[in-house]
Amino acid sequence: MREESLKLRPYLDEVGVMIGLEIHVQLNKLNTKIFCGCPLDYHDDGPNTHTCPVCLGLPGSLPVINRKAVEYSIKVGLALNCSIEEHTQFYRKNYYYPDLPKGFQITQYDYPIASSGYINIEGEDGEVRIRINRAHMEEDPGRLVHEGGSIERSKYTLIDYNRSGVALLEIVTEPDIRSPKEARRFLDKLRNILGYLDVVDTTLEGSMRVDANISLSGGSRSEVKNISSHKGAERALLFEIVRQKNLLRRGGKVVQETRHFDEARGVTVSLRTKEEAHDYRYFPEADLVSLRVADWAPGIAKTLPELPDARRQRFITHYSITDDHAKSLTSEKQVADFYEQVAAEVDPKLAAVWIADVLKGELNYRDLGIDAFASASMVQLVKLLAGDKITEQSGVEVIRTILDEGGTPDEVVAAKGLLKAGSDLVTAAVEEVISENPGAVEDYQNGKQEAVNFLMGQVMKKTKGRADAKEVRKMIIQRI
Amino acid sequence: MITVSQTLEAIQDSSAEEVVSQCIDRIEASKFNTFITVAKESVLEVAGETEGHTGPLAGVPIAIKDNISTKGIQTTCASRILGGYVPPYDAHVIERLKAAGAIIVGKLNMDEFAMGTSTETSHYGPTLNPWNTETVPGGSSGGSAATIAAGEVPLALGSDTGGSVRCPASFCGVVGLKPTYGVISRYGLISYANSLEQIGPIASNVADMTLLFNVIAGHDQRDSTSVPGEKDYTKALVDDVKGLTIGVPKEYFGDGLDQAVEKSVWDSVHRLEDLGASWQEVEMPHTKYALAAYYVIAMSEASSNLARFDGMRYGLRLEKDHDWHTTYSEIRAQGFGEEVKRRILLGTYALSAGYMDKYYLKALKVRTLIKQDFERALKSTDVLIAPTMPTPAFKLGEKISDPLTLYMADVNTVPVNLSGVPSVSLPCGFSDGLPIGLQIMGKHFDEKTIIRTAYTFEQNTNFHTKAPEVV
Repeated sequence: MREESLKLRPYLDEVGVMIGLEIHVQLNKLNTKIFCGCPLDYHDDGPNTHTCPVCLGLPGSLPVINRKAVEYSIKVGLALNCSIEEHTQFYRKNYYYPDLPKGFQITQYDYPIASSGYINIEGEDGEVRIRINRAHMEEDPGRLVHEGGSIERSKYTLIDYNRSGVALLEIVTEPDIRSPKEARRFLDKLRNILGYLDVVDTTLEGSMRVDANISLSGGSRSEVKNISSHKGAERALLFEIVRQKNLLRRGGKVVQETRHFDEARGVTVSLRTKEEAHDYRYFPEADLVSLRVADWAPGIAKTLPELPDARRQRFITHYSITDDHAKSLTSEKQVADFYEQVAAEVDPKLAAVWIADVLKGELNYRDLGIDAFASASMVQLVKLLAGDKITEQSGVEVIRTILDEGGTPDEVVAAKGLLKAGSDLVTAAVEEVISENPGAVEDYQNGKQEAVNFLMGQVMKKTKGRADAKEVRKMIIQRI
Repeated sequence: MITVSQTLEAIQDSSAEEVVSQCIDRIEASKFNTFITVAKESVLEVAGETEGHTGPLAGVPIAIKDNISTKGIQTTCASRILGGYVPPYDAHVIERLKAAGAIIVGKLNMDEFAMGTSTETSHYGPTLNPWNTETVPGGSSGGSAATIAAGEVPLALGSDTGGSVRCPASFCGVVGLKPTYGVISRYGLISYANSLEQIGPIASNVADMTLLFNVIAGHDQRDSTSVPGEKDYTKALVDDVKGLTIGVPKEYFGDGLDQAVEKSVWDSVHRLEDLGASWQEVEMPHTKYALAAYYVIAMSEASSNLARFDGMRYGLRLEKDHDWHTTYSEIRAQGFGEEVKRRILLGTYALSAGYMDKYYLKALKVRTLIKQDFERALKSTDVLIAPTMPTPAFKLGEKISDPLTLYMADVNTVPVNLSGVPSVSLPCGFSDGLPIGLQIMGKHFDEKTIIRTAYTFEQNTNFHTKAPEVV
């Protein structure tokens, strides 16, 4: 991989795309909010049921830092190869908005919890390093509920403070990303790492919210807010590249501004320009004391699980599988765990092929997670394949049947009669097909190779697919 | 004035209900506009429930500055913007008081959001000084000191951001303590300048003040700046200053110091010398920068602390609904008084991009220098003694139209808040019938030594026995 001259990493195209991301990660696996004891299990309850004087910002209330939130943040920081500051400090970011009950957000500014890290991703032209500028802790504001849908059409807006005070970790990258696809890969990789750390349930809505900064050819950048999915990030950035390109082509100038991503329409809309930008008047939050966290880091480092990159390397060396398979198998923690359970019982290479190349595809097609398929079933299936009991074609059918109808491989094989046909039966079928199709035989003898395929198909039909195709082909050629 | 021991005796002789009921009568008859809210409805029932209570303040009436949250009792900060706001929770100090058996009789007048030195910025009108109703009681805890001086209640709580307990204690001839930052939980105290302020006890004498302090001090996990402190401060009530070294900072005797005040303070130093203490002059060279630094920091913090008052969830509401921006602006335009707006605007300016280095960050540097002044001065001494206020109480209306002159009156009290050390003010003389306050400052967390010094001074003088004639 290229470690050298990161800043000089060439643009991928003539327009010189530079993208930096800010990702708000909700530490929703904590039990309580960041500055009070309100529980986080509010998703099934009514609005404003998980609140107290602190997260409602009532006069006189004071924040107290959630120790676990700091530990989780350090954990993420270490996993992103960041250095953990000696001291960490909270600041107030002053702005007015109805979802912000104190009129300021408690966040970090100088002395963030983690800084100067990186993540390696599969870039457009090989593995690349995307640098992390910093990761800092802050509180989530409340949630605005516009009655009647969008903010423009609604008659009034309700505020739900259940989300107010949920711990966020904002991860800020350097502008090292060179294309929308790389942005998406970065986000996927980040989600994968967070999944390994067990600090975020990324399936919950709003658990990873993205703001993207993008500029072309070193020009002014626009910041796109309100991106809620990785696909959305890719689409928003593609739109921005086209918009900025067209603007430049028409002789216009890109102005520094904040834009809003309209997910439904797939476009970005200007929110405010630099002149209208807020002056947040950051200053230290005196209600929270500076935390000396340098001593926490070594202990937390010991609790770090094996991360995707390391696991991938181990899979390659320990199981002797290909890099592509290792990458695919470690791209989600649950899949990697599944693979290791299977690989412990059967041939790891065969297991890798069937999980990475077949099972994952079938799951994706059905929008299912790995938990839809039992590892014991995969063990059974790989054993059947390794013992030459069923054909590869039957193997695929077994997986599809289990996913669609349930059952175990043994049950499916028995019910569908998928056990490989005996050699007598296959030989008989070959003989029959040859005598029934003299024309095809003649074609082959006249040099028409495709005729064999026709004959094979006939044999497979007679054996109901239970014959090994390669074997059949060999037998036919020998015979004619 | 009323003491706690008199009150406890009266409860013994009659009942807590009787004592509290008399207290309410006095408050309602008050000519000094000391209260904003009297907790009339609930108070007799609560008093009845203290029968058999063994807490140190069982049945004793206490009044609370109106910026301390009291569950079920309106808490306004003397501002229109919080009119009708009834907190759903008690401040830490209120929990402590209730556990000790004290009866909350009502909420005291103050400068709006504690921004003032005279209690003239209150939306509910000024409090009058019981010693002379043409003068101010000091501020911002003017209601707290005046109600004690007027003999309405034996105990009161104030808060001190830049002198707001000590100034009115000085002007009203009572005893008030600004504890070390962190000794009393601020949970429930509505912030004006949160890095500077502490809740402080006010009473008619050092022993009562200490008793109250003892009840409300102590660690609270809901305030991250809270520290454990001492177990029993009343052990410091000892009539003995032998061997004590007093520092007298000459910078606290500067321009504008009233001659009578200067004489009373020096007399007090000499009185303590007679009682076995020694004194020496100390230098605190950065004192002259304290006032400017204080106001920059306090206003900056205020601009942020007061941002939450938007009329959306509690307090003042507009009659008609508007969009959010209009509502927000209109509520704040109508709800805040002139001095509060001035401080929010100046604080916002001081924190703005391009000005922050020049004002806020520079003020923080001065703050560090002031802290070092105290550390140095208190290295060779045990306590520092100085006038609390440069003058006795001034006339109502005399300074309110000239904010800068009014700010200057805080010159001797703000350094204490910048450094975080404890400081007590107690009466040490009179000038034309108006009390003079003696300020005794100590080391961080060394309340015991300033309490002992104050107690010894009080035991050997009779200023605390004088009270205004309240007819």
